[in-house]
Amino acid sequence: MIRALGWVLRRDLLLVFRRRGDVVNALVFFVIVVSLFPLGVGPEASQLRNMAPGVLWVAALLACMLSLARLFAPDHQDGTLEQMLLAGEPLVVLVMGKVMAHWLVSGLPLVLMAPLLGLQFDLPGDALAVLCVALLIGTPVLSLIGAVGAALTLGVRGSGALVALLVLPLYVPVLIFGAGAVAATAAGTGAEAHLLLLGGFLALALVLAPWASAAALRIAME
Amino acid sequence: MLEARHLECTRGERKLFRNLSFRLGRGQLLRVAGANGSGKTSLLRIMCGLVAPSAGELRWQGRPIRGEREEYCRNLVFIGHLNALKDDLTALENLRFAAALGGLPADREHSLAGLDRFGVAHCAELPAKVLSQGQRRRVALARLALSPTVPLWILDEPFSALDVAAVSELELLLAAHIASGGMVVLTTHQEVQVVTQAVLRVDLDLHTAAPLAA
Repeated sequence: MIRALGWVLRRDLLLVFRRRGDVVNALVFFVIVVSLFPLGVGPEASQLRNMAPGVLWVAALLACMLSLARLFAPDHQDGTLEQMLLAGEPLVVLVMGKVMAHWLVSGLPLVLMAPLLGLQFDLPGDALAVLCVALLIGTPVLSLIGAVGAALTLGVRGSGALVALLVLPLYVPVLIFGAGAVAATAAGTGAEAHLLLLGGFLALALVLAPWASAAALRIAME
Repeated sequence: MLEARHLECTRGERKLFRNLSFRLGRGQLLRVAGANGSGKTSLLRIMCGLVAPSAGELRWQGRPIRGEREEYCRNLVFIGHLNALKDDLTALENLRFAAALGGLPADREHSLAGLDRFGVAHCAELPAKVLSQGQRRRVALARLALSPTVPLWILDEPFSALDVAAVSELELLLAAHIASGGMVVLTTHQEVQVVTQAVLRVDLDLHTAAPLAA
């Protein structure tokens, strides 16, 4: 079972490596969106500090969503998904492998870039650290929930807009508590409660999302 | 043994076939015939468990397949008309990942031997996107060479896009599989020359639903 997960993970990472452009696109999108805000709003430091967590998180949500279209659709088109359904391994495990690959290539780079971008907004050191931790806990939730959306809209025309409609409302709690963690640190109340709640979301998504995605994939193949 | 009981398939409003029953035992080949659109691919997808029949059931070794999907899938190789190849991976990588997912030996030597069996070993390190349709089909079929111990092979139009040499190689492989007690289900428009005594035939044209007015 773990071996099958490893194979799917390896295959997807290899595919991404052969097509680096897609990943770079999402990352550049993240950097540009975040960088546009200081230019548009003006250079007043206190204002930038206040809006930094929200801007970074919204940009991260959108960047993560950009790559959802590539999660299952190519496998669906070339028949690999059929073979995954017939693999003789629990589909949940294979889905988990795909979601892990998705997070490694589209979530983790955002976490690593965030401190650098936070500097543009004059965020203090402790807030930057909390931002990173919050993104580290929150971005896997984005990938997991996104997988359910991507699986549900598989093979549907205009699935891009539909994924956004399905997934963005579900991202709201992550956005509120992720951005709230950074804001709370800046306000001096401590981010622990927010981070714990984010951890709770992650635990919930880890249990439910792969199972829901697998069920949606089976329906999509009928 | 694979047993179909009164299968019925509905696609949208249309009934493709109904009351379809057959038994496929060890060492038998089942050829599914029928005109275009008569539901051959649908029947194969039902037999794989990808789609549920609208009525009737399939039994594997006497037990319904719906209850133990994973166990059933371990006993089956399905090659659909999509080749399930990734354009950006090489032929060898494609075969190794496919074999690993199917629980087959996925080491380099076995996979190279499989590709060699279908005459595409020289393409092993080429990305699948530069291969011709026939070569892609051969890479997909190379999985069969790795699966002699998997009892049930379900093949959708396996001969499409193949040249004469590959067709005869595939026929040999099928005959060997049947001779060793395996089971093969296939759809094809060509006459198959598989050397075997036991060819069953299901003609979907004989199982079409009666016109609605009747």
